[in-house]
Amino acid sequence: MSEPNHARRFGLIWLVATIVALPLVILLIGPILPPGNGSEQASGQVTDNTVLLAMATPVLLLVVIYLLYAIVCFRQPKGAALEGPAVRGDTRVQTAWIVITSVLVLALAGYGTVRLLSDYGSGTGSGPTPLTKPSGPKLPVQVIAQQWAFTYRYPTYGGVETPHLVLPVNQWVELNVTSLDVIHSFWAYQLGVKADANPDVNNVAFVKPTHLETFEVRCSELCGIWHGSMFDHGKVVTQSAFATWIREQQVKFAAATKVLPPYSKTYLPEPTRRGG
Amino acid sequence: MTTTVEAASTPPPIHTPLWRRLIGFNLLTAVLLGVGGYYLGWFIGRQIGFEGSFHYQHASDENDVSLLLAYFFGVIGFLIGLGFANYPVSRMIGRPASLREKETGGIGRYFGLCTDHKVVGIQYLVGIGVFIFVGGLNAMLIRVELLHDTPTAVGPNQYLTIVGMHGTMMIGMMTSGVLGPFANYFVPIMIGARRMAFPRVEALTFWLLMAAGFILSSTIFFGGFPTGWTGYAPLNDQAVWGMDSYICFFALVGVSMILLGVNMMATIMTMRAPGLTWSRLPIFVWSVYATAVLMVLATPMLVATLLMVALDRTIDTSFFIAGGGGSSYLFQNLFWFFGHPEVYILALPGFGIVLELLPVFTRKPLWGYRLAVAGMLGVALMSFFVWQHHLFVSGINADLRPFYMLSTEIISIPTGFIFMCVIGTLWKARISFTVPMLFCLAWTFNFLIGGLSGVFLSDAPSDTLTHGSFFVMAHFHYTIVGGLVFAFFGAIYYWIPKMVGLRFNDRLSKWHFWLMFISFNLAFMPLFALGMEGMPRRVSEYAPNLKPLNVWVSIWAFVLGFAMLLFVFNVVYSLIFKREAAEANPWRSKGMEWQLPTPVPVDNFPGDQLPSFDFEPYDYGVPPALGGGAQPAGAGA
Repeated sequence: MSEPNHARRFGLIWLVATIVALPLVILLIGPILPPGNGSEQASGQVTDNTVLLAMATPVLLLVVIYLLYAIVCFRQPKGAALEGPAVRGDTRVQTAWIVITSVLVLALAGYGTVRLLSDYGSGTGSGPTPLTKPSGPKLPVQVIAQQWAFTYRYPTYGGVETPHLVLPVNQWVELNVTSLDVIHSFWAYQLGVKADANPDVNNVAFVKPTHLETFEVRCSELCGIWHGSMFDHGKVVTQSAFATWIREQQVKFAAATKVLPPYSKTYLPEPTRRGG
Repeated sequence: MTTTVEAASTPPPIHTPLWRRLIGFNLLTAVLLGVGGYYLGWFIGRQIGFEGSFHYQHASDENDVSLLLAYFFGVIGFLIGLGFANYPVSRMIGRPASLREKETGGIGRYFGLCTDHKVVGIQYLVGIGVFIFVGGLNAMLIRVELLHDTPTAVGPNQYLTIVGMHGTMMIGMMTSGVLGPFANYFVPIMIGARRMAFPRVEALTFWLLMAAGFILSSTIFFGGFPTGWTGYAPLNDQAVWGMDSYICFFALVGVSMILLGVNMMATIMTMRAPGLTWSRLPIFVWSVYATAVLMVLATPMLVATLLMVALDRTIDTSFFIAGGGGSSYLFQNLFWFFGHPEVYILALPGFGIVLELLPVFTRKPLWGYRLAVAGMLGVALMSFFVWQHHLFVSGINADLRPFYMLSTEIISIPTGFIFMCVIGTLWKARISFTVPMLFCLAWTFNFLIGGLSGVFLSDAPSDTLTHGSFFVMAHFHYTIVGGLVFAFFGAIYYWIPKMVGLRFNDRLSKWHFWLMFISFNLAFMPLFALGMEGMPRRVSEYAPNLKPLNVWVSIWAFVLGFAMLLFVFNVVYSLIFKREAAEANPWRSKGMEWQLPTPVPVDNFPGDQLPSFDFEPYDYGVPPALGGGAQPAGAGA
């Protein structure tokens, strides 16, 4: 029995599978990938996820199809005890593998870096002094995390502190995330924002909401027993609706605002200690 | 290898009457002294604390001082009771050292200090197995709670304790899950040595781990701990005294890991038989070596960090307390400097097992031996440069994120080498689908999914979505359960016939494999989707729209739990009741361990000659197969 040309046969199967799968992944799966188009950052992440998925697909197909191919074609015949060919390596194949994986990996790292910097941190918490900042006016909003709720201060509106987050659409927002006790993580799912809240740290994330919608706010860092309950809805509204809303808040919380500590990037907490 | 040679070289077993066994240094004494030490430490703690003569302590720290001292003295008492002080004390006062630990016969040596590396290997396998079972029960409880989107079955406080115990127990135990049982048992044999470099240290690592396991389990009596396995500050400072169990557990595991690593490195570096050059080492030994290097270099950071946590909790230092001048970032930084090499400490032995087993069942030499070694050493080296990818959204050193992105993605190059070797070894192979081979093939698929999902986490923009969500959880379960645990089971099915001389029921074993493989994938694959849909880790309540998927996951997780019970049943049925003797070399392996008689003689290579390795490893596929590669010296005589 003549041995078929396994390399060519497997290569063909893989190539066809990749050619079929790639457009499906990019055109069908890509657009439905999370977190959606709630902000420039979220849309950017959808693009990133699509690119990564498109790069991972040929690799996934290569190994999975190869495994199946090997299982089908390279079996020990029943009852036999045959030995395989005593090949200990192939310099050309190994070199090609190293070169290809290196190129893929460097491309990924390069792409990620460019996207991270050009998208102003891609919605991540980027520390107190982010490397790149959007130009133009930004609405500063402070996110204060504590066990087990987020509150929000608007320093440009008299430092009023509100229990819910409302943001104007098409406006760059500078989120200053900090904590009063343990580590939390501010996760505005549809906006594509995630920034850890550390005590004594001002963690800045930039986001530009692009759609009028309600978004989910969650805590994504374990912060004690009610970690799962740190859940709220925020809203992206029109510029004028935002102006009305913030005036209402200023009136509603006028008394509270007077007794708040003055606005600061961080609030140095008392050392957290267990009760008696 | 004849029985006469064996009898001549084995010292006659020391027989001790039963009553004499019960007094002296044994497990019973160890438990008694452990309990005694525990109460002694507790008493001292109370004296230091605020009821005693020292009044400097914060009221709430008193219990922590007492509990930590109690654990400390308890462990010391336990070890003295087992007889770990006998040798140093005898030598110090000029007496000849006790030979009790050399005892060769009987089942009793499995329940005490024994310096035979083969006994320690089996002790490890059983001991770790028990605690992994505890960790598995916790996983089942987690999935019971997540059947509903609001806290129901166990409540939020107990839920966090269960999550923390599951993670901490599994990671702490599985760190030694391969090096403990299989490396201790087989590395000396594979390298042609009669023992490990430091046999007493070897026994110590096992008993430290057992003490640690009990300490972590005891956290349920002290209110549990709310931090998960990562134990982030300042939540760990706020936690009740169950947190001290976590600190003590991880510190003991850390010390055990360091000693285990030192022992493995010393053994592999100094005790190889003549002719066994580095380029002829079995690939499993290489993976053990790379793992040992990581253990020795990374784990001291963990122990030091935990000491700082203990100081924060007891004498009110503030290493990690922002209000006192410390930083919560510091803990994350120190923890992950250990924590990331740790995940490769978990993964590397899996690589080693798979590459060790593949040649046997493909009847081919290992394809790309040097590439595999380079891959393992590359992964080991690179693992020290990637830890801040765990902190991409934390705001720490945000400007360095491009570097950590690069280093993290570079680490997939050496990991890719391992895949290249698997692919090359399978090429035109003669695959026999034995149970160990099935586990190896499953490893390849699972670890591929784990690795490719890691790409989404290593890319900072994409990580915004997946960070701290169920996606991460699915990712590392694919690499650690899908990778290490599948390889671990492959190793069990492959090596148990050698270790105990009995064979598994083939049908039950195959059922176990298929049930485990299918239920694992059906349970963990949807977790990627759950994470992307916005489910954070470690929550006992979640968005109601995620409930159907969570119920699906729970059901398959229970099936996975059942697969594990099937394995336990298989062990009990095949190895305790049925007791069918295994063939001497059921896999026709050419590994050195399979050329020795079963059970392996106490000194491995009886007589005064060690084997000489004058052949290449994995000498398969050279037709005609001439009598096998590895032969102990004098085997033909």
